[in-house]
Amino acid sequence: MIWQALTLQLGYNATLVAIGATMLGIAAGVTGSFLFLRKRALVSDAVSHATLPGIGLAFIVMVALGGEGRFLPGLMLGAAVSSGLGLLVIGWMIRRTRLTEDAAIGAVLSVFFGAGIVILTVIQSMQAGRQAGLESVLLGSTAGMLRADALVIAAGGALVLLLVMLLRRPMLAVGFDPDFAAVTGTNVARIDLAMMGLVMAVTVLGITTVGLVLIVALLIIPAVTARLWTDNALRMVGLAGLAGGLAAFVGAAVSATAPALPTGPIIVLASFVLFVLSIALAPARGGVALLLRQMRFRRRVHRRQGLLALAAGQPIHEPFTLTLLAREGMARADGVPTEAGRIAAAKALLDEARWAALRGDPAQGLTASRYDGLTPIETVLTPDQIAELDRHLPRPQAVI
Amino acid sequence: MGAEFVALSLTPLLIGVLAAVTCALPGNFLLLRRQALIGDAISHVVLPGIVAAFLLTGRVAALPMMLGAAGAALVSVVLIEAVRRTARIEAGAAMGVIFTTLFAAGVLLLEQSDTSGVHLDVEHALYGNLESLIWLDATGWASLLDPVALSGLPPELPRMAVALLIVALSIAVMWRPLAIATFDEGFAATLGLPVRAIGLALVMLAALAAVAAFDAVGSIIVIAMFICPPAAARMMTDRLLAQAAWSVGFAILSAVLGYVLAGYGPLWLGFANSVSAAGMIATVSGLILGVTMMIGPCRRRAGGATVH
Repeated sequence: MIWQALTLQLGYNATLVAIGATMLGIAAGVTGSFLFLRKRALVSDAVSHATLPGIGLAFIVMVALGGEGRFLPGLMLGAAVSSGLGLLVIGWMIRRTRLTEDAAIGAVLSVFFGAGIVILTVIQSMQAGRQAGLESVLLGSTAGMLRADALVIAAGGALVLLLVMLLRRPMLAVGFDPDFAAVTGTNVARIDLAMMGLVMAVTVLGITTVGLVLIVALLIIPAVTARLWTDNALRMVGLAGLAGGLAAFVGAAVSATAPALPTGPIIVLASFVLFVLSIALAPARGGVALLLRQMRFRRRVHRRQGLLALAAGQPIHEPFTLTLLAREGMARADGVPTEAGRIAAAKALLDEARWAALRGDPAQGLTASRYDGLTPIETVLTPDQIAELDRHLPRPQAVI
Repeated sequence: MGAEFVALSLTPLLIGVLAAVTCALPGNFLLLRRQALIGDAISHVVLPGIVAAFLLTGRVAALPMMLGAAGAALVSVVLIEAVRRTARIEAGAAMGVIFTTLFAAGVLLLEQSDTSGVHLDVEHALYGNLESLIWLDATGWASLLDPVALSGLPPELPRMAVALLIVALSIAVMWRPLAIATFDEGFAATLGLPVRAIGLALVMLAALAAVAAFDAVGSIIVIAMFICPPAAARMMTDRLLAQAAWSVGFAILSAVLGYVLAGYGPLWLGFANSVSAAGMIATVSGLILGVTMMIGPCRRRAGGATVH
């Protein structure tokens, strides 16, 4: 069943829904990475919660006008208006009062959501029968999604992607260094506004699929996941789109297989799985890579200290050092150096002597500061510099 | 008014007030330390803890659920820190990753398990069931002195009172170190204060308040009360003690006004049904914050600095 769902064999409707969700996921991942670079990831939490009163009011208005209350574009319009209002309030609070951004986000989030809950209960009491389905905006559900809705979501996602493509350069500039961007002629306030508009668009598109409580996850998690893999901003944006699209596709497909699998949570958990895999496996920032680096460092320290001990003719008591030297053919198991070990030990001792000479010379302070007891001196000095250094070394000593 | 009020409205009102004050007190410090969103995160992660406790014990009981929720809050603090350190990303994003994931896991657990027989669902988690915490044994004001009737009080009321007591006492005991560490962590550290332990203690207090209030009134009040009354109080005064006092006053006002408006407001307007008390309390606290942001004497930044 799950395999069929993943290969789009659950029928026309499920396929459309999966495609819509995937577009949404890509748009969310891409937009979210700019938000993440701007260090405003949690603003999206306020944006998404602030959609609720708008959705409720839109429903009431549409019913009052005699229409279908769950008409998706109408709900989206209401959601956009109220979350836009929420954004304006946050901006006003930060500029005009002494509250900080986190307080403004939390206040708008909770108050708008509370007002939304009040409106939801009003709807419950006025239309007991037709209200069913509106609460799906909280946690998302693709079960009853119409073909037109899926098309709206896919088209909206594509539009957001297009706009991001057009705005990527100024948004990156503002994300990395807003002051520099302002100096070079970028209108930071306008770009921030555009970025928030895109975040709002993604949120509004996502209310039926992921639900407004969890859409923030689709904006944050893929971006953080992508950040683990690369230091190149545009590559990160692309990877975030990939991670978001993959998670949304898997989530939509899996949740189509059983009624008790709500779409939003599955999508969030799928993207979290990608995140966990990345944090374990990513090069440079991943846990495995970190562990490997640490082990390599430990080996280098033990090897160096062991060689210096050999050079000084001191016994080695540390078993790990002994094993390491024996494995590399530098010493026998009882700690007696081999020929190769003697050469390497002499080299290590010479290295230390050169470093000591270098560090004794005030003129070389900057170079000498790179001394860490591990780096071979050849990596910081040229051969003629080393030759110059050697002229000041004390007479060559006999090594064991 | 009398008998009906005591039986139907007094206990939810009291529980609402207690929950609001319990959350507003630690909220003052969270606000000043720029950790206002911790309340948001905690109230989301409490859900999987409660569901897990329910699945393990098989029933809706207070103690295991409180333990589960507190455990989940602790796990989330550890996870957020781990993600922040390992991935080297800003705290906000790390928080966003963890609390959404844990909330999603909680929702999924809830949908997958058979909770049809008990009162446990996502809507309840979000906005509680304050209106249902009625005191059926009460026959009038005299019941307040009647031990038989008192034993029929909803258990949330004494539980919330105990939580408030613990939170208030802890803050009173820690007041000076907490205040110093809040305003100037570096200075506090040079005085030899355990700043990390103080920070953790504050988060644990917030978690206690959130968990206790969550059970009774749902997460939306918890988030609103952590932030709105302290933020409104901050518009009124520059002194910490006065701010705490204002925040308690605003919290009580929000709870009472919100409850009354939710229960009777629609009737005054000619509708038959009341609306969500939790949502209304959050809304009222937001309105209070709005008013204080317009006219509060200390609403501006000192020195008139603006943020771009």
